[in-house]
Amino acid sequence: MIPLTWFIGLGLILFMIGVAGVLLRKNIIIVLMSIELMLNSVNINLVAFSYYLDDIRGQIFAIFTITVAAAEVAVALGILIALVRNRRVLNSDDMDSLKG
Amino acid sequence: MILERLFFILFAVVAIAAAGGVVCFKNPVHSAFSLIVCLLQVAAIFVLLRSPFLAVVQIFIYVGAVMVLFLFVVLVLDIKKASLETFPGLKRWPVYVILPVMAIEFLIVIFGKSFAHMQMAEAGAETTVEVIGLALFTHYLLPFEIISVLLLAAMVGAIIMAKKRWN
Repeated sequence: MIPLTWFIGLGLILFMIGVAGVLLRKNIIIVLMSIELMLNSVNINLVAFSYYLDDIRGQIFAIFTITVAAAEVAVALGILIALVRNRRVLNSDDMDSLKG
Repeated sequence: MILERLFFILFAVVAIAAAGGVVCFKNPVHSAFSLIVCLLQVAAIFVLLRSPFLAVVQIFIYVGAVMVLFLFVVLVLDIKKASLETFPGLKRWPVYVILPVMAIEFLIVIFGKSFAHMQMAEAGAETTVEVIGLALFTHYLLPFEIISVLLLAAMVGAIIMAKKRWN
């Protein structure tokens, strides 16, 4: 039987890599992919606790997380396409029109 | 039992390597394929956690829908300029310091003594689709409906966003 801590550790490492991607990369597409990575690591935690506590709720929450992630990606990519069409920027440092 | 651990280590190592690839590759297409590998490994880990339904959902939605959407967007946009971006140098050095420190701190907490006394319930049986469906359509019906409306709203929003501007 695999210890629960291994799963939590894996989720933690994947989450940290995702945070690093969000903070370090400037390409917005890669930033969005890193956000997906972070959501996935949260899912690992939810399912691991669902298994070890023998409770179905963790998996239900993981399904909701996946749905919300899909909705988020659809909206984010729509915004991205509109942004690139109107402003011709794909670099997160160039998107500063809301800055005062 | 030992075989299960070996499989976990295999999946975890490949997942972490692929996740590192997502952050490090210059070309967004390579990053997307690396993320697909990572998501497949996570699906395999769901199978190790005896939740095959979630593993299938993961593959269908993430690999089948979300990543294909990403690849389509990468194809639609011209990434010539963007893909020239080099891997960020030392300009954002606090990230390189703070994140490893935080990760080591969390790992010490997780693998330390504080979690040792948390003996979990002995592993349950494999959760079938029937159990999940029953829970989703009885106890969690309201969240299910709300999430459906959210998905519809996101779909309409995405279409309106990506539409050509009408005058």
